[in-house]
Order: sequence, then structure tokens, then C-alpha cells
Amino acid sequence: MPTQSQVPANANIQFNEVTYGVHGTPARVSRPSGQLSDSGAKNYDSSAIGEADGRPNGVFSKNSTQRVLVSNISLTISAGETMVLLGRSGSGKTTLLRLINRMLTPTSGSVLVKGRATTEWDPIELRRSIGYVIQEAGLFPHFTVAENIALVPTLDKWDAARISARVAEMLKLVGLDGGDFASRYPRELSGGQRQRVGVARALAADPEILLMDEPFGALDPVTRAELQREFAELAKRLKKTIVFVTHDLREALLLASRIVLLQNGKIVANDTPLNFMKLQHPEVQAFAASLGDIRAGNGAGAVR
Amino acid sequence: MNVYTFFTTHGAEIFSTTLQHMELVAIAMVIAVAVAVPLGILVVERPGLRTVALGAASVFQTIPSLALFGFLIPIPYIGGIGERTAVVALVLYALLPILRNTYVGLTEIDPAVLEAATAMGMTPWQVMWRVRLPLALSFILAGIRTATVITIGVATIAAAIGAGGLGTFIFRGVAMVSDAVILAGAIPAALLALVADGLLALLEKRLRVS
Repeated sequence: MPTQSQVPANANIQFNEVTYGVHGTPARVSRPSGQLSDSGAKNYDSSAIGEADGRPNGVFSKNSTQRVLVSNISLTISAGETMVLLGRSGSGKTTLLRLINRMLTPTSGSVLVKGRATTEWDPIELRRSIGYVIQEAGLFPHFTVAENIALVPTLDKWDAARISARVAEMLKLVGLDGGDFASRYPRELSGGQRQRVGVARALAADPEILLMDEPFGALDPVTRAELQREFAELAKRLKKTIVFVTHDLREALLLASRIVLLQNGKIVANDTPLNFMKLQHPEVQAFAASLGDIRAGNGAGAVR
Repeated sequence: MNVYTFFTTHGAEIFSTTLQHMELVAIAMVIAVAVAVPLGILVVERPGLRTVALGAASVFQTIPSLALFGFLIPIPYIGGIGERTAVVALVLYALLPILRNTYVGLTEIDPAVLEAATAMGMTPWQVMWRVRLPLALSFILAGIRTATVITIGVATIAAAIGAGGLGTFIFRGVAMVSDAVILAGAIPAALLALVADGLLALLEKRLRVS
């Protein structure tokens, strides 16, 4: 494969000067089909892009014809590391994530997954080999927990015995074994439990890569802290390549082996958690400041 | 002649006319569902076709029913006097509620669910059959229910073009200035509508995914 040679041996995902922009003002419903036909994955992307437009992913002026969400991104994500993409809303972090599993394709540049450009992958095969967890879990309301977890194995036509064994294993992994969780519907679960099922579903087919888009963002603070701690443990054990999107520096520091900070669609910092806090970039400082306030406990309530 | 005597003396005729009415409605509904549901699926990803289809279906609904039956009579193949013309008109009327509900049901799905479905590697076909359609089912059924109730009512007018049905009594009663005869058509038609509405509501409730 010609692209293989440029990739470091242990790279699992690589962005090569990737820019992603959308033509026209954001349109959701009446988007003409084939608006992004240059992506080369029209069939699969057309549904995905509609949702991308609903998210405040990028900077755009109201009348511009091209809205650039991320520009000139070069980034290597090594096998087994947990890379956290940190940034404010609209900084482009979700866009980067969606470029990895070809929910989006780059306007220019290329994204290599396991040494192969995403545009060369069959998008279905690529996505089934990558776990994906989103905020609010996105569980199928008409599927039981077991059916949700079994999604990718079912799509890949595993035999029934193997699927049920795997579902049981996954439930145990995320701490939902015991009880009747397998036969419940998502509406019968708490937010935290739903998110656990989301993680179990993403891991069911044992993907090498796991993408997580603010998975704990919608949870109450106590449950969130609980899941963050457990997931940090889990991540260490699993040795997956994890790309984790968040706007919460605390979460980033807890989970990351490396933090990539995005601002206005550009990478402004890329370092280990330890070094990250020492960086002088104003955006790093801004994030650090939000953390500092909490640590010092100098809110109004602390003053007597 | 009061209503009760008419019902007792013409019981058999009322019964067979009611059956004929039901047949008319059933045929029209089967065709309408067979056309509108697939069309609703098709328009999800095709905004151009969607505008045309929903627009056309809306236009049919605005044509006064008696006029629509009249318009169809001179048209070759689908027109003429009798049941076939009536079925065509009823289908045209039933399209909009089914089509619109199918489309709305398929599109008003939590974006996170659709995002997950695609991102986990479902093909567009699988997203439609395993996610969108099951989740839209109660919506689609609600559309079919509305359409059925409308069709039962509109089908009474089909008697004007010789298609038979409970409208026969209504038109006859109007001509005879007899409430009893009018009610012989109106009461069974109203009961049919209520029963159909109730049964379909029950089915809809059972299929709803909250």
C-alpha cells in the first residue's frame, strides 16, 4: 500500500494536513442531495452531514460560502493511547472525531486509519471496526439492552451463542451484570446506566479504536465522576486506541495520555497532561483557569 | 315512517350495503397504504420528490369530494361510473394523511439514534428497516387511522357516481325528504368510523415505542 510508508509504525490514526469545510450556509432539511458529492461517499455521508450541520462545530460567518470547521490538521494517534480532544464548543473537536470513521470526509488532506485513507475504506467496514460512543448514548429505544449491545455483532452475523456470550461479557465489563438489565429497554435505565450500555455497545465487536464524543457530558456531576473513574480504569485495562472529545479539562486530565487542544478549528496544544498545564498558550491558560477556580474553592460559598 | 321501522324492515339491505361500503373503503385503504408508505420512505432522502408528492397529495385533499368524483368520470381507464372510479377518488383522498405521517415519523427520530446507527456501521438500508421504520410505525399507523376515518365518510359520496355503499341511503333519503332513510346510511357509516378509529387506536398504542 503506497500510503503505508509515510506512517509511523505504531500509528493507528493519522491526520495529514486535513481541512474540512462545508459549502454554503448551514442547511438542515432542504439540503440538496449531493451537496458534498466531492466527498466520494455520498450515500453514507448524506445522512450524516445533516446532523453535523445541527451541531455548533465551527466558526462561520453568516454570509460566507465556505465554512471551515477544521483547517490544516496534522496529528498522529498511536496505537493504545488515549487522546483527548479538548476545546470549547465549535472548536472542531467533534468534526475531527467524525473524520476518523468517515462520517465526514476531508475537503483536503487525508485521514489514515490503520494505514489506509478513510476514503479508501469501505465506510461500513470501517465504522464496524471502530467503536463509537456519543452523548446521551444514542441507544435504540426499540431494542433491549442486550439487542443494543449486540448491534455490531448482529450486523456482522455472529452466531447466536457467541453473541449472547459476548453480551454477558460486556454487561459485566461495564458493571451491569446481575439483575435483569439485558432484557430492559433504554427508557427503563438511568442516564448513567444508559451511558454504560453505550460503552458496552461500542466495545462489543472488540474494535481496536474507540471514539467517544462527550460521552459523560449529559450526566449529573456525581454519576459523571463515577463513570469517569471507572472508564479510566477500563481504558487502562483494554489498551484500545481511544479518541475522546470533551470540553472538560478535569475529564481530560483524568483520562488522557495526551491532550490536544483545539481552537477555531486549529490545534493549539498537543502534550501530555503533565506538560499541558505548564503551557503558556492563552487558550491553555483559559482552560487551566476554569480548573483553578474549583481547586481553590474560592467561590462565593467559601467566603464567610 | 320512523327510523326504527325502517331499520327493521330494511335490515338485510342495510347490512349488505354496509358490507359493500366496507369493501369500498378496504380496497381504497389497501391501495393508499401500498402507495403512500413506500412513497413516504422514498421522499425522506429526496427533497425534490418530497415537495412534489406532498404538494400533489395536498391538492387532492382540497378538491371538494363530490367534485373529485365528478372530475374522474370522463377520464379513460380509471374513470367512468361505478366502484372503480370511487376507489380511485378515495385513494387520492387517503394519500395525504398516510404520506405525511410516514414522512414525519421517519424524520422525527432522535438525531443521536440515527447518528449512532450510521456511525456503528449500518447501511442506509439497515438504518431504514431496523431503525427508522420500527420507530415510525405508530406514526404511520396514526396516519392510516386518520385516512380510514376520512375515507369511511367520503365513501358515502361515492353513491353519487353509482358506486353503491351507505351513501345510497343518504342520497335516496335526501330525494325522498326522509330522515329515516338518511339515517339508515348515516348511522352505520358513523359506527363504522368509530369502530375503525377505536381498533386502529388500540393497535397504534400497542406499537408505540416511548
